[in-house]
Amino acid sequence: MSFKNERQTPPRDLAFLAKSQLLSADDVERALRRMAHEIVERNHALEDMTVIGMQTGGVGFATRMSELLSDITSTTTSLGLLDVSFYRDDLNVNPTPRTSMTAIDDDLTDRTVILVDDVLFTGRTIRAALNALSDWGRPRSVQLAVMVDRGHRELPIRPDYVGKNLPTALDETIRATLDGVWMGTKGVS
Amino acid sequence: MSSLLVRGGLVVGPSTSSVGDVLVRDGVIVDVSDTIALPPGCSEIDARGCWVGPGMVDLHAHLREPGREAAETIESGAHAGAIGGFTALVAMPNTEPALDNVALVSYVLDRGTRTPIDVAVAGAITVGRKGESLAPMAEMAALGVRLFTDDGIGVQDPSVMRRALTYARPLGVRLAQHCEDELLAAGGSMNEGALSSRLGLVGRPALAEELMVMRDIELVRLTGAPLHFLHLSTIRSLNLVDAARREGLPVTCEVAPHHLTLDETSCQGFDALFKVHPPLRAASDVEGLRVALRSGLVDAVASDHAPHAPELKDLAFDEAPAGLLGLEYSASLTFEALGGDVDPVQFFSLLSRGPARIAQLRRDDLRVRHSAHGGALVAGDDANLVVFDPNARWTASNATLHSRATNSPYDGRALVGQVRSTIAKGTLVVHEAELV
Amino acid sequence: MIASLRGENLLTLEGVSDAALLEVLDTAESFVEVNRRSIKKVPALKGKVVASIFFEESTRTRLSFETAAKRLSADVLSLAVASSSVKKGESLRDTTATIDALGIDALVMRHQSSGAALQVSRYVPHVRVINAGDGLHQHPTQGLLDAFTIRQVLSERADTTGVESGLELFKGLRVLIVGDVRHSRVARSDIVAYSTLGCEVRVAAPGTLLPANIETWPVTVVSDFDEALEWADVVGLLRLQRERGSGSFVPSLEEFTQTFGLTFARAKRLRPTTIIMHPGPMNRGVEIDSKVADLASAVITRQVTNGVPVRMAVLYLALASVRDGGGS
Repeated sequence: MSFKNERQTPPRDLAFLAKSQLLSADDVERALRRMAHEIVERNHALEDMTVIGMQTGGVGFATRMSELLSDITSTTTSLGLLDVSFYRDDLNVNPTPRTSMTAIDDDLTDRTVILVDDVLFTGRTIRAALNALSDWGRPRSVQLAVMVDRGHRELPIRPDYVGKNLPTALDETIRATLDGVWMGTKGVS
Repeated sequence: MSSLLVRGGLVVGPSTSSVGDVLVRDGVIVDVSDTIALPPGCSEIDARGCWVGPGMVDLHAHLREPGREAAETIESGAHAGAIGGFTALVAMPNTEPALDNVALVSYVLDRGTRTPIDVAVAGAITVGRKGESLAPMAEMAALGVRLFTDDGIGVQDPSVMRRALTYARPLGVRLAQHCEDELLAAGGSMNEGALSSRLGLVGRPALAEELMVMRDIELVRLTGAPLHFLHLSTIRSLNLVDAARREGLPVTCEVAPHHLTLDETSCQGFDALFKVHPPLRAASDVEGLRVALRSGLVDAVASDHAPHAPELKDLAFDEAPAGLLGLEYSASLTFEALGGDVDPVQFFSLLSRGPARIAQLRRDDLRVRHSAHGGALVAGDDANLVVFDPNARWTASNATLHSRATNSPYDGRALVGQVRSTIAKGTLVVHEAELV
Repeated sequence: MIASLRGENLLTLEGVSDAALLEVLDTAESFVEVNRRSIKKVPALKGKVVASIFFEESTRTRLSFETAAKRLSADVLSLAVASSSVKKGESLRDTTATIDALGIDALVMRHQSSGAALQVSRYVPHVRVINAGDGLHQHPTQGLLDAFTIRQVLSERADTTGVESGLELFKGLRVLIVGDVRHSRVARSDIVAYSTLGCEVRVAAPGTLLPANIETWPVTVVSDFDEALEWADVVGLLRLQRERGSGSFVPSLEEFTQTFGLTFARAKRLRPTTIIMHPGPMNRGVEIDSKVADLASAVITRQVTNGVPVRMAVLYLALASVRDGGGS
């Protein structure tokens, strides 16, 4: 399965103004390769593996990750997309996000799930994702890969594979895509 | 009885007005002149800047008693009327049971005497207002009933209406018709048009009213009996009546304040407070009615005061009863409809002298001695007076209404012109817009 | 114009912008996916209470709404007024106050009177009111699911997805609505939705079944029904509302069928791609021939299926966000 890679280069839009670039596209690619190898090392049965990209920021990374895994192991890695809007616990206080597609074809029971996201922050999105995944069965294990871990966790969640640890201030924002990683400020119009 | 001097207002006669004083004693006007010295022991009302005219007469008040006292009683209706500047009301017969016999008419007349103003009665044309057999009009006429109507609904059957006109003519009374063909208006709850069709509300077409106006004009031609057209709501209806009058037919007509100040778009929010029969019409009709009002095509403005208990107006639009409150805002809304530079003579013609001629309240009525209304404001007249401030700016508020049901659709509307004082039968009943 | 239905009542489709309609359609697309899962339930509205009150019974619409609410994990309070002590004539305010006293977040309401949902929304401003059909006025979720179904069918044919196609497939789409427009709240919602989305809408009906002043509607009345069938990309049939007295607006059902029914013979004039729709329940043999209803181009069952994700989207948007962006 393949998906269109949305939002390749959006370092400047209504919600984000890039201040500085932290990783280049090459850095990102190198980090992904390293993470792919770590995944292969740790998991042996790749035919039982499903890579799931978190909508929308994780989709590009997940797509590339599944390609890399397929290359390394010469098998096809299953790819899925997950939108956790309907699983969030903050719908009372935050405006509803624009929903996007979820596409998980497999019954995840007894499979190894690699959840892929762009940035790990409070951990609440991953909490929602774990809830969501249970609707597709009971995976043997769920592992988390993120391009950037910026700290400030509010839940006992830690990533298994990290592209880059970037300690940040709360008022800073991170934008991570296959084209690079930027730090910036919010709400510029 | 006490005496009262109304000082310094514009005294509005039948054709001219001049600033002066009016002295009232023992229920009659004893003097009208430029300046009158305050007699000893006499109270004084400062009417400077106000219009002093004959007490207003409402041809069309649904006082709901007997039967629906939760909405209004004769007493509360009379109080609301006094606040509105009315010194006489004609109580409509669509009570429960209907005012279609001597006993019920007497009951309402007697109750009316316990209020500060005159309450006359319009009797039903047919038994139970069913439109079938004639009510005992001669007996009721003998009590002093001068108007008969089945209002709430028109007499649908043309042969019954013809019979009623023929029967009424020698009695010296006048029939009054609620003009709506109920077959054509069946199931309707607002004006038929683009808006009703969009809102999915069944419409009451203007034609339902106009057809009955046409029919009844021809019945008047056939029978020679006088007929009053109640609450006409379309410009075409007014033109039909005007043409008939020019031909010399004995027809008169009234319009209601809400048809002059609200149009069908008020129904857009499905608020049943705006449901009334005939319905609020298109904006073009509202404008047409205003023009007609100014150009003298209309004999009277009549409130069609039709209160309903709030729980009934909380029903769905098509299930709710039709009718809205009118007495307290009639004068201000008429003032608004006359627009801009209002002629006080015309103002009192529409609200007092015109309707008084149709209501025919007399001092010699058999059952109840009513006073005379709509006079020329000269010495010797019964002292029914109103002091109206044409410059007052105020806001309609349901919190201050005097009716039992306090659910006027005008709540919050900015109004211009206000009744300051009402003097009924020589007694000051409303002063500074409050009941005395 | 309403730019988005987030946090809003859904009382009518009038005044709802194309962007807001698109948002509902796209959100519904996500719920189609949810409805394909083996576990067809998401926790989006966990802890919310949705009351459904049907003054006029409709098992289909009620089931569709309640299924939608349950798949969003909302608690559902169900009041069948038609069979309870609440009858025509009870003050809407009283009935609403009673339900509101139970503590609800949304009220799905059907009523036999036009405007009833709007009236009720004034009594309970803190509750999101979803109109499930009011008199002859509106049936907004039907309009939405009809538009959704059209987009779904057309995007499948174009080998794309509904979300990707956006509003493109509606532009210039030729929709013919046939039958009892006068007494149809479905027609009122459909016509508003289709015209807002850019379709060209025509209607075919005996004059007596057209509403007053239809010339003010964004539609053209066709004079030749058979010709219009050849013209149409979509034919939307309406139920002849016999229970609303439509019977007396045509001389006989047979004559209606002969002149404006989609008979099998007439259906042959349609292009094979023309989509045939009906909001149900059908009067088979009256406005639609039984065989026509079973044609492949008839998407009537799909309309029913789509009712759930579309109503999920409506409930989700209405409830899952705070009005005015307030809150935190």
